[in-house]
Amino acid sequence: MALNYRLPFVTATAVEVVDLVKSYGSTTAVDGLSLTVETGSITAILGPNAAGKTTTIETCEGYRKPTSGSVRVLGLDPVTDHARLAPRVGVMLQTGGAWSAARAVEMLRYVASLHAHPLSVDALVERLGLGSCGRTPYRRLSGGEQQRLGLALSVIGRPELLFLDEPTAGLDPQARRGCWDLIGDLSAAGVTVVLSTHYMEEAERLASEVYIIDAGRVVTAGSPGDLMAAGAGGSMTFSAPRGLDTVDLAAALPPDCAVSEGPPGRYTVSGQVSPHTLSTLTRWCAEREVMPGQLSIEQHTLEDVFLALTGKELR
Amino acid sequence: MNDMRGADATTPAMPRLDLTPAPGSAPAVKMVVAHALMETKLVLRNGEQLLLALVIPLLLLLAGAKAGGVVDLGAGRRIDVLTPGVMALAVLSAAFTSLAIATAYERRYGVLKRLGASPLSRASLLAGKVLSLLALETLQLSAIGALGVALGWDPDGGLAAALSAVLLVVLGTLCLGSLGLLMAGTLRAEATLAGANLVYVLLLVAGAVVVPAASYPDSLGSLATSLPSGALAEGLREVLSGEGLAWTRAAVLCVWAVIGSAMTMRTFKWE
Ligand SMILES: Nc1ncnc2c1ncn2[C@@H]1O[C@H](COP(=O)(O)OP(=O)(O)O)[C@@H](O)[C@H]1O
Ligand SMILES: [Mg+2]
Repeated sequence: MALNYRLPFVTATAVEVVDLVKSYGSTTAVDGLSLTVETGSITAILGPNAAGKTTTIETCEGYRKPTSGSVRVLGLDPVTDHARLAPRVGVMLQTGGAWSAARAVEMLRYVASLHAHPLSVDALVERLGLGSCGRTPYRRLSGGEQQRLGLALSVIGRPELLFLDEPTAGLDPQARRGCWDLIGDLSAAGVTVVLSTHYMEEAERLASEVYIIDAGRVVTAGSPGDLMAAGAGGSMTFSAPRGLDTVDLAAALPPDCAVSEGPPGRYTVSGQVSPHTLSTLTRWCAEREVMPGQLSIEQHTLEDVFLALTGKELR
Repeated sequence: MNDMRGADATTPAMPRLDLTPAPGSAPAVKMVVAHALMETKLVLRNGEQLLLALVIPLLLLLAGAKAGGVVDLGAGRRIDVLTPGVMALAVLSAAFTSLAIATAYERRYGVLKRLGASPLSRASLLAGKVLSLLALETLQLSAIGALGVALGWDPDGGLAAALSAVLLVVLGTLCLGSLGLLMAGTLRAEATLAGANLVYVLLLVAGAVVVPAASYPDSLGSLATSLPSGALAEGLREVLSGEGLAWTRAAVLCVWAVIGSAMTMRTFKWE
Protein backbone atom coordinates (compact mmCIF):
# COMPACT_ATOMS: atom_id res chain seq x y z
CA MET A 1 0.00 0.00 0.00
CA ALA A 2 1.23 3.47 -0.83
CA LEU A 3 2.09 5.62 2.14
CA ASN A 4 -0.06 8.70 1.98
CA TYR A 5 2.00 10.85 4.30
CA ARG A 6 5.20 12.69 3.53
CA LEU A 7 8.54 12.11 5.06
CA PRO A 8 11.88 13.61 4.17
CA PHE A 9 12.81 10.20 2.87
CA VAL A 10 11.33 6.79 3.38
CA THR A 11 13.90 4.10 3.94
CA ALA A 12 12.93 0.52 3.24
CA THR A 13 14.44 -0.54 6.55
CA ALA A 14 12.77 0.90 9.62
CA VAL A 15 14.95 -0.77 12.24
CA GLU A 16 18.36 -2.35 11.83
CA VAL A 17 19.99 -4.15 14.75
CA VAL A 18 23.43 -5.61 14.09
CA ASP A 19 25.28 -7.89 16.50
CA LEU A 20 23.68 -6.31 19.54
CA VAL A 21 25.19 -7.30 22.87
CA LYS A 22 23.82 -5.95 26.13
CA SER A 23 25.24 -7.04 29.47
CA TYR A 24 24.16 -6.11 32.97
CA GLY A 25 27.17 -6.85 35.10
CA SER A 26 27.79 -10.54 34.61
CA THR A 27 24.39 -11.22 32.99
CA THR A 28 24.38 -11.11 29.21
CA ALA A 29 20.77 -10.32 28.37
CA VAL A 30 21.29 -9.95 24.62
CA ASP A 31 24.12 -11.87 23.03
CA GLY A 32 24.91 -10.98 19.42
CA LEU A 33 21.41 -10.40 18.13
CA SER A 34 20.72 -9.03 14.64
CA LEU A 35 17.37 -8.18 13.17
CA THR A 36 15.90 -6.09 10.38
CA VAL A 37 12.46 -4.55 10.35
CA GLU A 38 11.11 -3.61 6.92
CA THR A 39 9.11 -0.42 6.69
CA GLY A 40 5.41 -1.26 6.80
CA SER A 41 5.84 -4.73 8.27
CA ILE A 42 4.69 -6.21 11.55
CA THR A 43 7.71 -7.87 13.10
CA ALA A 44 7.34 -10.09 16.14
CA ILE A 45 10.09 -10.89 18.61
CA LEU A 46 8.97 -14.15 20.10
CA GLY A 47 10.59 -15.78 23.08
CA PRO A 48 10.11 -17.04 26.61
CA ASN A 49 10.58 -14.91 29.72
CA ALA A 50 14.07 -13.51 30.14
CA ALA A 51 14.93 -14.18 26.49
CA GLY A 52 15.99 -10.55 26.06
CA LYS A 53 12.89 -9.13 24.35
CA THR A 54 12.51 -6.06 26.57
CA THR A 55 16.23 -5.36 26.48
CA THR A 56 16.24 -5.48 22.67
CA ILE A 57 13.17 -3.28 22.31
CA GLU A 58 14.30 -0.75 24.92
CA THR A 59 17.66 -0.48 23.19
CA CYS A 60 15.81 0.40 19.99
CA GLU A 61 13.79 2.95 21.96
CA GLY A 62 16.97 4.60 23.21
CA TYR A 63 16.48 3.71 26.88
CA ARG A 64 19.52 1.46 27.01
CA LYS A 65 22.91 1.79 25.37
CA PRO A 66 24.31 -1.26 23.59
CA THR A 67 27.33 -2.87 25.23
CA SER A 68 28.42 -3.53 21.65
CA GLY A 69 26.84 -3.73 18.22
CA SER A 70 24.76 -1.12 16.48
CA VAL A 71 21.13 -0.07 16.39
CA ARG A 72 19.59 2.27 13.79
CA VAL A 73 15.97 3.35 13.97
CA LEU A 74 14.48 5.21 10.98
CA GLY A 75 18.07 5.70 9.91
CA LEU A 76 18.96 7.45 13.18
CA ASP A 77 20.72 6.61 16.43
CA PRO A 78 18.13 5.97 19.15
CA VAL A 79 20.24 7.61 21.88
CA THR A 80 21.92 10.58 20.22
CA ASP A 81 19.03 11.38 17.85
CA HIS A 82 16.39 10.78 20.49
CA ALA A 83 14.75 14.21 20.21
CA ARG A 84 14.20 13.76 16.48
CA LEU A 85 12.87 10.23 16.88
CA ALA A 86 10.53 10.78 19.84
CA PRO A 87 7.62 12.30 17.89
CA ARG A 88 7.89 9.66 15.16
CA VAL A 89 8.06 6.57 17.35
CA GLY A 90 5.27 5.20 19.55
CA VAL A 91 6.29 3.28 22.65
CA MET A 92 4.31 0.89 24.80
CA LEU A 93 6.26 -0.13 27.89
CA GLN A 94 5.81 -3.56 29.38
CA THR A 95 4.43 -2.00 32.58
CA GLY A 96 3.57 1.31 34.17
CA GLY A 97 4.09 4.71 32.66
CA ALA A 98 1.18 6.68 34.13
CA TRP A 99 0.63 8.71 37.30
CA SER A 100 -1.25 6.52 39.75
CA ALA A 101 -3.82 9.26 40.37
CA ALA A 102 -4.33 10.22 36.72
CA ARG A 103 -7.66 9.18 35.25
CA ALA A 104 -7.47 7.02 32.13
CA VAL A 105 -8.91 9.47 29.63
CA GLU A 106 -7.21 12.44 31.30
CA MET A 107 -3.86 10.69 30.82
CA LEU A 108 -4.66 10.01 27.19
CA ARG A 109 -5.69 13.64 26.58
CA TYR A 110 -2.50 14.84 28.21
CA VAL A 111 -0.25 12.69 26.00
CA ALA A 112 -2.35 13.66 22.96
CA SER A 113 -1.63 17.33 23.74
CA LEU A 114 2.11 16.67 23.37
CA HIS A 115 1.64 15.81 19.68
CA ALA A 116 0.95 17.89 16.60
CA HIS A 117 -1.79 15.79 14.98
CA PRO A 118 -3.04 13.31 17.59
CA LEU A 119 -5.79 10.78 16.97
CA SER A 120 -9.24 11.67 18.19
CA VAL A 121 -9.16 10.75 21.88
CA ASP A 122 -12.88 9.95 21.93
CA ALA A 123 -12.66 7.66 18.92
CA LEU A 124 -9.66 5.80 20.32
CA VAL A 125 -11.32 5.42 23.73
CA GLU A 126 -14.37 3.99 22.00
CA ARG A 127 -12.30 1.70 19.81
CA LEU A 128 -10.39 0.22 22.77
CA GLY A 129 -13.41 0.03 25.07
CA LEU A 130 -11.88 2.42 27.61
CA GLY A 131 -15.05 4.49 27.98
CA SER A 132 -16.40 2.71 31.03
CA CYS A 133 -13.18 3.26 32.99
CA GLY A 134 -12.41 6.70 31.56
CA ARG A 135 -12.68 8.47 34.91
CA THR A 136 -10.98 5.75 36.93
CA PRO A 137 -7.55 6.60 38.40
CA TYR A 138 -4.76 4.56 36.82
CA ARG A 139 -3.96 2.66 40.03
CA ARG A 140 -7.55 1.36 40.20
CA LEU A 141 -7.67 0.13 36.60
CA SER A 142 -7.58 -3.63 36.08
CA GLY A 143 -4.43 -5.08 34.52
CA GLY A 144 -6.20 -5.40 31.18
CA GLU A 145 -7.41 -1.81 31.28
CA GLN A 146 -3.93 -0.56 32.12
CA GLN A 147 -2.63 -2.60 29.22
CA ARG A 148 -5.17 -1.16 26.78
CA LEU A 149 -4.47 2.36 28.03
CA GLY A 150 -0.77 1.71 27.45
CA LEU A 151 -1.53 0.72 23.86
CA ALA A 152 -3.69 3.81 23.43
CA LEU A 153 -0.92 6.05 24.79
CA SER A 154 1.54 4.56 22.32
CA VAL A 155 -0.58 5.24 19.24
CA ILE A 156 -2.30 8.52 20.17
CA GLY A 157 0.49 10.62 18.60
CA ARG A 158 0.10 8.91 15.19
CA PRO A 159 3.63 7.49 15.03
CA GLU A 160 5.09 5.95 11.89
CA LEU A 161 6.91 3.29 13.90
CA LEU A 162 5.44 1.52 16.91
CA PHE A 163 7.25 -0.57 19.56
CA LEU A 164 4.93 -2.74 21.65
CA ASP A 165 6.41 -4.76 24.51
CA GLU A 166 4.06 -7.68 25.17
CA PRO A 167 0.99 -5.65 24.22
CA THR A 168 -1.61 -8.27 25.08
CA ALA A 169 -0.06 -9.90 28.15
CA GLY A 170 -2.79 -10.45 30.69
CA LEU A 171 -5.69 -9.55 28.40
CA ASP A 172 -8.80 -11.68 28.16
CA PRO A 173 -9.36 -13.32 24.75
CA GLN A 174 -11.89 -10.72 23.60
CA ALA A 175 -9.72 -7.75 24.51
CA ARG A 176 -6.75 -9.49 22.91
CA ARG A 177 -8.64 -9.84 19.65
CA GLY A 178 -9.58 -6.15 19.87
CA CYS A 179 -5.91 -5.24 20.20
CA TRP A 180 -4.95 -7.51 17.30
CA ASP A 181 -7.56 -5.81 15.15
CA LEU A 182 -6.21 -2.38 16.04
CA ILE A 183 -2.62 -3.43 15.38
CA GLY A 184 -3.72 -4.90 12.04
CA ASP A 185 -5.51 -1.67 11.12
CA LEU A 186 -2.50 0.42 12.13
CA SER A 187 -0.35 -1.70 9.88
CA ALA A 188 -2.82 -1.40 7.02
CA ALA A 189 -2.70 2.37 7.50
CA GLY A 190 1.07 2.33 7.01
CA VAL A 191 2.47 2.08 10.53
CA THR A 192 5.52 -0.14 10.99
CA VAL A 193 5.05 -2.34 14.07
CA VAL A 194 7.61 -4.15 16.21
CA LEU A 195 6.13 -6.21 19.00
CA SER A 196 7.44 -8.69 21.52
CA THR A 197 5.35 -11.56 22.71
CA HIS A 198 5.48 -14.99 24.22
CA TYR A 199 2.16 -15.91 22.63
CA MET A 200 2.66 -18.06 19.54
CA GLU A 201 -0.80 -17.31 18.31
CA GLU A 202 -0.10 -13.59 18.42
CA ALA A 203 3.00 -13.92 16.29
CA GLU A 204 1.24 -16.30 13.86
CA ARG A 205 -1.78 -14.06 13.51
CA LEU A 206 -0.12 -10.66 13.25
CA ALA A 207 3.44 -10.84 12.10
CA SER A 208 4.83 -10.84 8.61
CA GLU A 209 8.25 -11.62 10.07
CA VAL A 210 8.99 -13.51 13.27
CA TYR A 211 12.28 -13.61 15.16
CA ILE A 212 12.34 -16.44 17.64
CA ILE A 213 14.83 -15.57 20.35
CA ASP A 214 16.12 -17.46 23.34
CA ALA A 215 18.86 -16.56 25.81
CA GLY A 216 19.58 -13.33 23.95
CA ARG A 217 20.14 -14.92 20.54
CA VAL A 218 18.04 -15.35 17.43
CA VAL A 219 17.18 -19.02 17.17
CA THR A 220 15.46 -18.69 13.83
CA ALA A 221 13.62 -16.11 11.77
CA GLY A 222 11.20 -15.95 8.88
CA SER A 223 7.55 -15.55 8.03
CA PRO A 224 5.22 -17.66 10.21
CA GLY A 225 4.51 -19.84 7.17
CA ASP A 226 8.18 -20.40 6.38
CA LEU A 227 8.96 -21.20 9.99
CA MET A 228 6.22 -23.75 10.21
CA ALA A 229 7.19 -25.30 6.92
CA ALA A 230 10.83 -25.42 7.93
CA GLY A 231 9.83 -26.83 11.28
CA ALA A 232 9.17 -30.12 9.43
CA GLY A 233 5.52 -30.28 8.68
CA GLY A 234 3.43 -32.54 10.81
CA SER A 235 1.55 -35.73 10.33
CA MET A 236 -1.54 -37.32 8.74
CA THR A 237 -3.28 -40.29 10.21
CA PHE A 238 -6.06 -42.42 8.70
CA SER A 239 -7.84 -45.73 9.07
CA ALA A 240 -7.98 -48.38 6.33
CA PRO A 241 -7.98 -52.14 6.05
CA ARG A 242 -5.03 -53.84 7.72
CA GLY A 243 -1.93 -54.76 5.86
CA LEU A 244 -1.65 -51.97 3.25
CA ASP A 245 1.70 -51.88 1.50
CA THR A 246 3.34 -49.06 3.47
CA VAL A 247 6.60 -49.38 1.56
CA ASP A 248 4.78 -48.77 -1.73
CA LEU A 249 2.88 -45.80 -0.25
CA ALA A 250 6.09 -44.29 1.08
CA ALA A 251 7.63 -44.63 -2.36
CA ALA A 252 4.72 -42.73 -3.91
CA LEU A 253 4.92 -39.87 -1.38
CA PRO A 254 7.56 -37.11 -1.33
CA PRO A 255 10.91 -38.48 -0.23
CA ASP A 256 10.93 -37.05 3.31
CA CYS A 257 7.68 -38.77 4.28
CA ALA A 258 7.61 -41.87 6.44
CA VAL A 259 4.66 -44.24 6.67
CA SER A 260 3.91 -46.62 9.49
CA GLU A 261 1.05 -48.82 10.61
CA GLY A 262 0.58 -48.26 14.30
CA PRO A 263 -2.27 -50.28 15.74
CA PRO A 264 -3.34 -52.60 12.89
CA GLY A 265 -5.48 -50.62 10.41
CA ARG A 266 -4.33 -47.20 11.71
CA TYR A 267 -1.71 -45.51 9.53
CA THR A 268 0.50 -42.48 10.14
CA VAL A 269 2.25 -40.45 7.46
CA SER A 270 4.79 -38.12 9.01
CA GLY A 271 7.01 -35.51 7.42
CA GLN A 272 6.25 -32.62 5.11
CA VAL A 273 2.48 -32.18 5.15
CA SER A 274 1.49 -30.21 2.06
CA PRO A 275 -1.50 -30.17 -0.30
CA HIS A 276 0.67 -32.22 -2.64
CA THR A 277 1.30 -34.88 0.02
CA LEU A 278 -2.39 -35.05 0.76
CA SER A 279 -3.43 -35.42 -2.89
CA THR A 280 -0.78 -38.07 -3.47
CA LEU A 281 -2.10 -40.03 -0.50
CA THR A 282 -5.72 -39.87 -1.64
CA ARG A 283 -4.79 -40.76 -5.23
CA TRP A 284 -2.76 -43.74 -4.03
CA CYS A 285 -5.76 -44.90 -1.98
CA ALA A 286 -8.23 -44.29 -4.84
CA GLU A 287 -6.15 -46.40 -7.21
CA ARG A 288 -6.53 -49.27 -4.72
CA GLU A 289 -10.21 -48.65 -3.99
CA VAL A 290 -9.28 -47.90 -0.37
CA MET A 291 -11.22 -45.32 1.63
CA PRO A 292 -8.90 -43.41 4.05
CA GLY A 293 -11.28 -43.12 6.98
CA GLN A 294 -10.97 -40.76 9.94
CA LEU A 295 -8.32 -38.84 8.07
CA SER A 296 -6.79 -36.21 10.26
CA ILE A 297 -4.05 -33.76 9.50
CA GLU A 298 -1.88 -32.20 12.12
CA GLN A 299 0.36 -29.30 11.18
CA HIS A 300 3.04 -28.09 13.46
CA THR A 301 2.54 -24.70 15.05
CA LEU A 302 5.24 -22.18 15.89
CA GLU A 303 4.97 -23.57 19.37
CA ASP A 304 6.23 -26.94 18.15
CA VAL A 305 8.94 -25.22 16.16
CA PHE A 306 10.08 -23.36 19.25
CA LEU A 307 10.06 -26.53 21.34
CA ALA A 308 12.01 -28.40 18.69
CA LEU A 309 14.64 -25.66 18.40
CA THR A 310 15.20 -24.82 22.05
CA GLY A 311 13.91 -27.78 23.98
CA LYS A 312 11.90 -25.32 26.05
CA GLU A 313 8.24 -24.50 26.45
CA LEU A 314 7.44 -20.91 25.57
CA ARG A 315 5.58 -20.23 28.78
CA MET B 1 -9.93 5.15 1.71
CA ASN B 2 -10.12 4.64 5.42
CA ASP B 3 -13.90 4.76 5.59
CA MET B 4 -14.31 1.09 6.30
CA ARG B 5 -12.02 1.09 9.25
CA GLY B 6 -13.09 4.35 10.82
CA ALA B 7 -14.58 4.55 14.30
CA ASP B 8 -17.77 2.71 15.13
CA ALA B 9 -20.01 3.40 12.15
CA THR B 10 -23.19 3.28 14.25
CA THR B 11 -22.33 6.43 16.19
CA PRO B 12 -22.19 9.16 13.58
CA ALA B 13 -21.18 11.79 16.16
CA MET B 14 -17.94 9.95 16.83
CA PRO B 15 -14.93 11.37 14.95
CA ARG B 16 -13.30 9.01 12.50
CA LEU B 17 -10.25 7.13 13.73
CA ASP B 18 -7.68 7.95 11.05
CA LEU B 19 -4.72 5.75 11.86
CA THR B 20 -2.45 6.97 9.06
CA PRO B 21 0.85 8.16 10.49
CA ALA B 22 1.07 11.89 11.08
CA PRO B 23 3.93 12.27 13.54
CA GLY B 24 4.88 15.60 15.05
CA SER B 25 5.44 17.44 18.31
CA ALA B 26 3.11 20.06 19.69
CA PRO B 27 4.68 23.53 20.08
CA ALA B 28 6.95 23.60 23.13
CA VAL B 29 4.87 26.22 24.94
CA LYS B 30 1.74 24.12 24.54
CA MET B 31 3.54 21.06 25.91
CA VAL B 32 4.87 22.97 28.92
CA VAL B 33 1.42 24.35 29.74
CA ALA B 34 -0.22 20.94 29.26
CA HIS B 35 2.32 19.37 31.59
CA ALA B 36 1.96 22.09 34.20
CA LEU B 37 -1.84 21.73 34.13
CA MET B 38 -1.61 17.97 34.53
CA GLU B 39 0.74 18.19 37.51
CA THR B 40 -1.33 20.92 39.13
CA LYS B 41 -4.49 18.84 38.84
CA LEU B 42 -2.70 15.88 40.38
CA VAL B 43 -1.41 17.91 43.35
CA LEU B 44 -4.80 19.44 44.03
CA ARG B 45 -6.29 15.94 43.97
CA ASN B 46 -3.77 14.56 46.46
CA GLY B 47 -4.98 14.90 50.05
CA GLU B 48 -1.60 14.44 51.72
CA GLN B 49 0.09 16.96 49.45
CA LEU B 50 -2.65 19.52 50.08
CA LEU B 51 -2.37 18.96 53.82
CA LEU B 52 1.33 19.69 53.65
CA ALA B 53 1.07 22.55 51.17
CA LEU B 54 -1.96 24.39 52.46
CA VAL B 55 -3.64 23.07 55.59
CA ILE B 56 -0.59 22.85 57.86
CA PRO B 57 0.71 26.34 57.00
CA LEU B 58 -2.74 27.88 57.51
CA LEU B 59 -3.20 26.07 60.83
CA LEU B 60 0.26 27.15 61.99
CA LEU B 61 -0.52 30.75 61.11
CA LEU B 62 -3.81 30.62 62.99
CA ALA B 63 -2.36 28.83 66.01
CA GLY B 64 0.75 31.02 66.10
CA ALA B 65 -1.31 34.19 65.98
CA LYS B 66 -3.78 33.08 68.63
CA ALA B 67 -1.45 31.30 71.04
CA GLY B 68 0.70 34.32 71.75
CA GLY B 69 3.70 33.83 73.99
CA VAL B 70 4.14 30.07 73.71
CA VAL B 71 7.02 30.54 71.27
CA ASP B 72 9.12 33.71 71.39
CA LEU B 73 9.04 35.34 67.96
CA GLY B 74 11.27 38.24 68.98
CA ALA B 75 10.58 41.90 68.43
CA GLY B 76 7.77 43.25 66.26
CA ARG B 77 4.08 42.44 66.01
CA ARG B 78 3.54 38.72 66.19
CA ILE B 79 1.42 38.42 63.07
CA ASP B 80 3.87 40.52 61.04
CA VAL B 81 6.69 38.14 61.98
CA LEU B 82 4.60 35.03 61.57
CA THR B 83 2.98 35.55 58.16
CA PRO B 84 6.17 35.82 56.03
CA GLY B 85 7.62 32.82 57.90
CA VAL B 86 4.57 30.72 57.15
CA MET B 87 4.84 31.81 53.51
CA ALA B 88 8.41 30.53 53.45
CA LEU B 89 7.21 27.28 55.01
CA ALA B 90 4.61 26.94 52.27
CA VAL B 91 7.27 27.40 49.59
CA LEU B 92 9.44 24.81 51.35
CA SER B 93 6.57 22.31 51.42
CA ALA B 94 5.70 22.80 47.75
CA ALA B 95 9.08 23.26 46.11
CA PHE B 96 11.02 20.79 48.19
CA THR B 97 8.85 18.21 49.93
CA SER B 98 5.94 17.85 47.50
CA LEU B 99 8.13 18.07 44.43
CA ALA B 100 10.59 15.50 45.77
CA ILE B 101 7.89 13.00 46.72
CA ALA B 102 5.87 13.44 43.53
CA THR B 103 8.94 13.14 41.31
CA ALA B 104 10.25 10.11 43.17
CA TYR B 105 6.96 8.33 42.52
CA GLU B 106 6.99 9.45 38.89
CA ARG B 107 10.30 7.70 38.65
CA ARG B 108 9.09 4.62 40.47
CA TYR B 109 5.95 4.21 38.33
CA GLY B 110 7.75 4.74 35.03
CA VAL B 111 6.06 8.08 34.32
CA LEU B 112 9.39 9.78 33.66
CA LYS B 113 10.43 6.84 31.52
CA ARG B 114 7.20 6.99 29.54
CA LEU B 115 7.50 10.76 29.07
CA GLY B 116 11.08 10.22 27.95
CA ALA B 117 9.66 8.53 24.85
CA SER B 118 7.20 11.38 24.21
CA PRO B 119 7.97 14.62 22.38
CA LEU B 120 8.18 16.42 25.75
CA SER B 121 11.87 17.25 26.17
CA ARG B 122 13.51 17.14 29.56
CA ALA B 123 13.81 20.92 29.54
CA SER B 124 10.08 21.25 28.83
CA LEU B 125 9.28 18.73 31.52
CA LEU B 126 11.28 20.78 33.98
CA ALA B 127 9.67 24.02 32.83
CA GLY B 128 6.25 22.41 33.26
CA LYS B 129 7.13 21.36 36.78
CA VAL B 130 8.32 24.87 37.67
CA LEU B 131 5.19 26.42 36.17
CA SER B 132 2.98 24.04 38.13
CA LEU B 133 4.93 24.86 41.31
CA LEU B 134 4.50 28.58 40.76
CA ALA B 135 0.76 28.06 40.27
CA LEU B 136 0.54 26.08 43.51
CA GLU B 137 2.58 28.70 45.35
CA THR B 138 0.35 31.47 44.06
CA LEU B 139 -2.57 29.64 45.57
CA GLN B 140 -0.73 29.00 48.84
CA LEU B 141 0.59 32.54 49.24
CA SER B 142 -2.77 34.10 48.38
CA ALA B 143 -4.50 31.98 51.00
CA ILE B 144 -1.83 32.65 53.63
CA GLY B 145 -1.77 36.35 52.81
CA ALA B 146 -5.55 36.57 53.04
CA LEU B 147 -5.66 34.77 56.40
CA GLY B 148 -2.76 36.91 57.63
CA VAL B 149 -4.56 40.12 56.72
CA ALA B 150 -7.71 38.82 58.39
CA LEU B 151 -5.63 38.26 61.52
CA GLY B 152 -4.20 41.77 61.34
CA TRP B 153 -1.06 41.36 59.22
CA ASP B 154 0.14 44.77 58.04
CA PRO B 155 3.02 44.35 55.55
CA ASP B 156 5.28 47.32 54.94
CA GLY B 157 7.32 48.53 52.02
CA GLY B 158 4.71 48.81 49.27
CA LEU B 159 5.31 47.67 45.71
CA ALA B 160 9.07 47.38 46.10
CA ALA B 161 8.61 44.97 48.98
CA ALA B 162 6.09 42.92 47.02
CA LEU B 163 8.45 42.66 44.03
CA SER B 164 11.37 41.71 46.26
CA ALA B 165 9.20 39.06 47.90
CA VAL B 166 8.30 37.62 44.49
CA LEU B 167 11.98 37.55 43.53
CA LEU B 168 12.85 35.73 46.76
CA VAL B 169 10.03 33.22 46.25
CA VAL B 170 11.15 32.49 42.67
CA LEU B 171 14.79 32.07 43.76
CA GLY B 172 13.70 29.96 46.70
CA THR B 173 11.61 27.79 44.42
CA LEU B 174 14.48 27.16 42.02
CA CYS B 175 16.83 26.43 44.86
CA LEU B 176 14.55 24.21 46.97
CA GLY B 177 13.19 22.59 43.82
CA SER B 178 16.63 21.60 42.58
CA LEU B 179 17.39 20.07 45.99
CA GLY B 180 14.05 18.23 45.94
CA LEU B 181 14.88 16.82 42.52
CA LEU B 182 18.34 15.84 43.74
CA MET B 183 16.71 13.66 46.39
CA ALA B 184 14.01 12.31 44.07
CA GLY B 185 16.46 11.45 41.32
CA THR B 186 18.83 9.41 43.45
CA LEU B 187 16.89 7.79 46.33
CA ARG B 188 14.14 5.19 46.14
CA ALA B 189 10.56 6.47 46.37
CA GLU B 190 10.04 5.30 49.97
CA ALA B 191 13.32 6.80 51.10
CA THR B 192 12.40 10.09 49.44
CA LEU B 193 8.98 10.06 51.09
CA ALA B 194 10.54 9.62 54.51
CA GLY B 195 13.54 11.86 53.88
CA ALA B 196 11.65 14.80 52.38
CA ASN B 197 9.16 14.83 55.25
CA LEU B 198 11.95 14.57 57.80
CA VAL B 199 13.84 17.50 56.28
CA TYR B 200 10.63 19.51 56.28
CA VAL B 201 10.03 18.87 59.98
CA LEU B 202 13.67 19.53 60.93
CA LEU B 203 13.72 22.83 59.07
CA LEU B 204 10.35 23.80 60.51
CA VAL B 205 11.63 23.27 64.04
CA ALA B 206 15.26 24.37 63.75
CA GLY B 207 15.64 26.10 60.39
CA ALA B 208 14.60 29.69 61.18
CA VAL B 209 11.58 29.27 58.96
CA VAL B 210 8.61 30.24 61.10
CA VAL B 211 10.61 31.31 64.16
CA PRO B 212 13.12 34.08 63.27
CA ALA B 213 16.83 33.29 63.42
CA ALA B 214 17.27 35.87 66.18
CA SER B 215 15.23 33.68 68.52
CA TYR B 216 17.72 30.78 68.17
CA PRO B 217 21.13 30.46 69.83
CA ASP B 218 23.62 32.41 67.68
CA SER B 219 25.44 29.48 66.04
CA LEU B 220 22.22 27.67 65.15
CA GLY B 221 20.70 30.92 63.88
CA SER B 222 23.55 31.66 61.50
CA LEU B 223 23.67 28.05 60.31
CA ALA B 224 19.92 28.22 59.63
CA THR B 225 20.16 31.43 57.59
CA SER B 226 22.85 29.91 55.42
CA LEU B 227 20.36 27.22 54.44
CA PRO B 228 17.88 27.97 51.64
CA SER B 229 14.83 27.75 53.90
CA GLY B 230 16.24 30.13 56.50
CA ALA B 231 17.53 32.57 53.89
CA LEU B 232 14.13 32.63 52.20
CA ALA B 233 12.21 33.10 55.47
CA GLU B 234 14.53 35.78 56.86
CA GLY B 235 14.51 37.54 53.50
CA LEU B 236 10.71 37.54 53.35
CA ARG B 237 10.44 38.81 56.95
CA GLU B 238 12.86 41.61 56.13
CA VAL B 239 11.34 42.80 52.88
CA LEU B 240 7.75 42.54 54.08
CA SER B 241 8.52 44.64 57.14
CA GLY B 242 9.93 47.32 54.87
CA GLU B 243 13.63 46.71 55.49
CA GLY B 244 14.43 46.18 51.83
CA LEU B 245 16.11 43.21 50.18
CA ALA B 246 19.37 42.09 51.77
CA TRP B 247 21.49 40.78 48.90
CA THR B 248 23.08 38.19 51.14
CA ARG B 249 19.71 36.38 51.26
CA ALA B 250 19.46 36.31 47.48
CA ALA B 251 23.10 35.28 47.25
CA VAL B 252 22.59 32.31 49.60
CA LEU B 253 19.63 31.18 47.51
CA CYS B 254 21.56 31.56 44.26
CA VAL B 255 24.55 29.61 45.54
CA TRP B 256 22.31 26.76 46.68
CA ALA B 257 20.42 26.83 43.39
CA VAL B 258 23.68 26.45 41.47
CA ILE B 259 24.91 23.64 43.76
CA GLY B 260 21.52 21.88 43.64
CA SER B 261 21.12 22.11 39.87
CA ALA B 262 24.67 21.01 39.15
CA MET B 263 24.40 17.97 41.42
CA THR B 264 20.95 17.08 40.13
CA MET B 265 22.09 17.22 36.52
CA ARG B 266 24.98 14.91 37.32
CA THR B 267 23.10 12.36 39.39
CA PHE B 268 19.44 12.30 38.35
CA LYS B 269 18.29 8.83 37.29
CA TRP B 270 15.19 8.79 35.11
CA GLU B 271 14.35 5.14 35.79
N1 LIG C 1 18.21 -3.59 34.22
C1 LIG C 1 18.62 -4.86 34.36
N2 LIG C 1 19.58 -5.18 35.26
C2 LIG C 1 20.01 -6.44 35.39
N3 LIG C 1 19.54 -7.49 34.69
C3 LIG C 1 18.57 -7.24 33.78
C4 LIG C 1 18.05 -5.92 33.58
N4 LIG C 1 17.09 -5.99 32.63
C5 LIG C 1 17.02 -7.28 32.25
N5 LIG C 1 17.91 -8.04 32.94
C6 LIG C 1 18.11 -9.48 32.77
O1 LIG C 1 18.34 -9.72 31.40
C7 LIG C 1 17.65 -10.88 30.97
C8 LIG C 1 16.69 -10.52 29.84
O2 LIG C 1 15.67 -9.69 30.34
P1 LIG C 1 14.55 -9.04 29.45
O3 LIG C 1 15.18 -8.31 28.33
O4 LIG C 1 13.67 -8.25 30.35
O5 LIG C 1 13.79 -10.32 28.90
P2 LIG C 1 12.29 -10.52 28.39
O6 LIG C 1 11.70 -9.19 28.10
O7 LIG C 1 12.43 -11.37 27.18
O8 LIG C 1 11.57 -11.25 29.48
C9 LIG C 1 16.96 -11.43 32.19
O9 LIG C 1 17.77 -12.46 32.71
C10 LIG C 1 16.87 -10.27 33.12
O10 LIG C 1 16.90 -10.70 34.46
MG1 LIG D 1 10.00 -8.31 28.83
